[in-house]
Amino acid sequence: MLRFIQILLSGLATLFVSQSLMAADGYTLHIKDHQFIPSELSVPANTKFKLNVFNDDATPEEFESEKLHREKVIKGKSQAIILIGPLKPGVYSFVGEFHEESARGQLIAK
Amino acid sequence: MFGAAIIVFREVLEAALIVSLVLAATRGIAKRGYWISAGVLGGLIVAGLVALIADVISAFAAGMGLELFNALVLFAAVLMLSWHLIWMQKHGAEMARQVKNVSHSIAEGETPKHVMAIVVGLAVMREGAEVVLFMNGMLAAGSQSMAMLSGAAIGLLGGFLMGTALYMGLLRIPTRYLFRVTGVMILLLAAGLAAQGAFFLAQADYLPALGYDIWNTSSLLSEKSVFGSILHILIGYVANPTGIQILFYFATLLIIWGMTRLVNRSKGNIVAS
Repeated sequence: MLRFIQILLSGLATLFVSQSLMAADGYTLHIKDHQFIPSELSVPANTKFKLNVFNDDATPEEFESEKLHREKVIKGKSQAIILIGPLKPGVYSFVGEFHEESARGQLIAK
Repeated sequence: MFGAAIIVFREVLEAALIVSLVLAATRGIAKRGYWISAGVLGGLIVAGLVALIADVISAFAAGMGLELFNALVLFAAVLMLSWHLIWMQKHGAEMARQVKNVSHSIAEGETPKHVMAIVVGLAVMREGAEVVLFMNGMLAAGSQSMAMLSGAAIGLLGGFLMGTALYMGLLRIPTRYLFRVTGVMILLLAAGLAAQGAFFLAQADYLPALGYDIWNTSSLLSEKSVFGSILHILIGYVANPTGIQILFYFATLLIIWGMTRLVNRSKGNIVAS
């Protein structure tokens, strides 16, 4: 419970600095015509990093990766930050759950 | 159309199973139909609002707003379910007697109907928001609206039927055992929801993942399959869980079980004195 309150408080604290952190540091992915661009992205292994996903389509998409243990809905014409890592070297596939036939990509951690 | 049906089905299924379980677990409580309908309706309204401001929520907490929001909703549901289980520990036997005698309802004590209305509302809100977001975006894009809508209708109907099937199945359980069965199911549901909450906190980096490759049974039973989704909701099945999910799952089981034992013991003392 204490831990939970702690999380709540730190959540509220970070809330106020959120906008300034939305600027793009880290790695960038775009979703366009229900495809990830680039569909293959090299990222560093053994460190945490930010993935900025820009959904350029009008339709929403859900970034989902079982291997990365991440799932996040991104509204149309908006962006989302996904925190990733530290990853072991390897290939990590992800999909856009709302358009799984076309929206496929992978991170290559080196 | 088929894609829309599957996505809507998955979301509706989660909410429908929770509503059915709550309905079965609250048999005999006066006006539960009214309270649970209020929960569903409230959940739907808030779902629309949440979908509308999803990008605002998302921008909170350094871009981790959606994760925190999901975790809060999930942990709130876990708290309400624990409350219900502890209340049932006190009043369960009495309720089982009352159910046999349908014309009576429980007059004494603080009935947890509002608690369960909140559980239902939270479930409908969480899953409903995703459906609204998905449908709204798709329709806005203008692509094959009719196909999308009929797909969603099929998904909605499918989820509803599965929920009804669970409810009917639970009602076949003899009254003597009904609340024992629903109690265990709610305990497992709560543990699964707590694990899901931990997943989102780990995604937002508020909690450590504590290991990514503990086990992986996705080749045996994918969470995306119908059976996998049902197990995911009912017992918290996760094909490839992180360590923190496993920890939260068992900690929740243990804590709620421990609290109901404590209630049991104090009840025993009162009887003895």
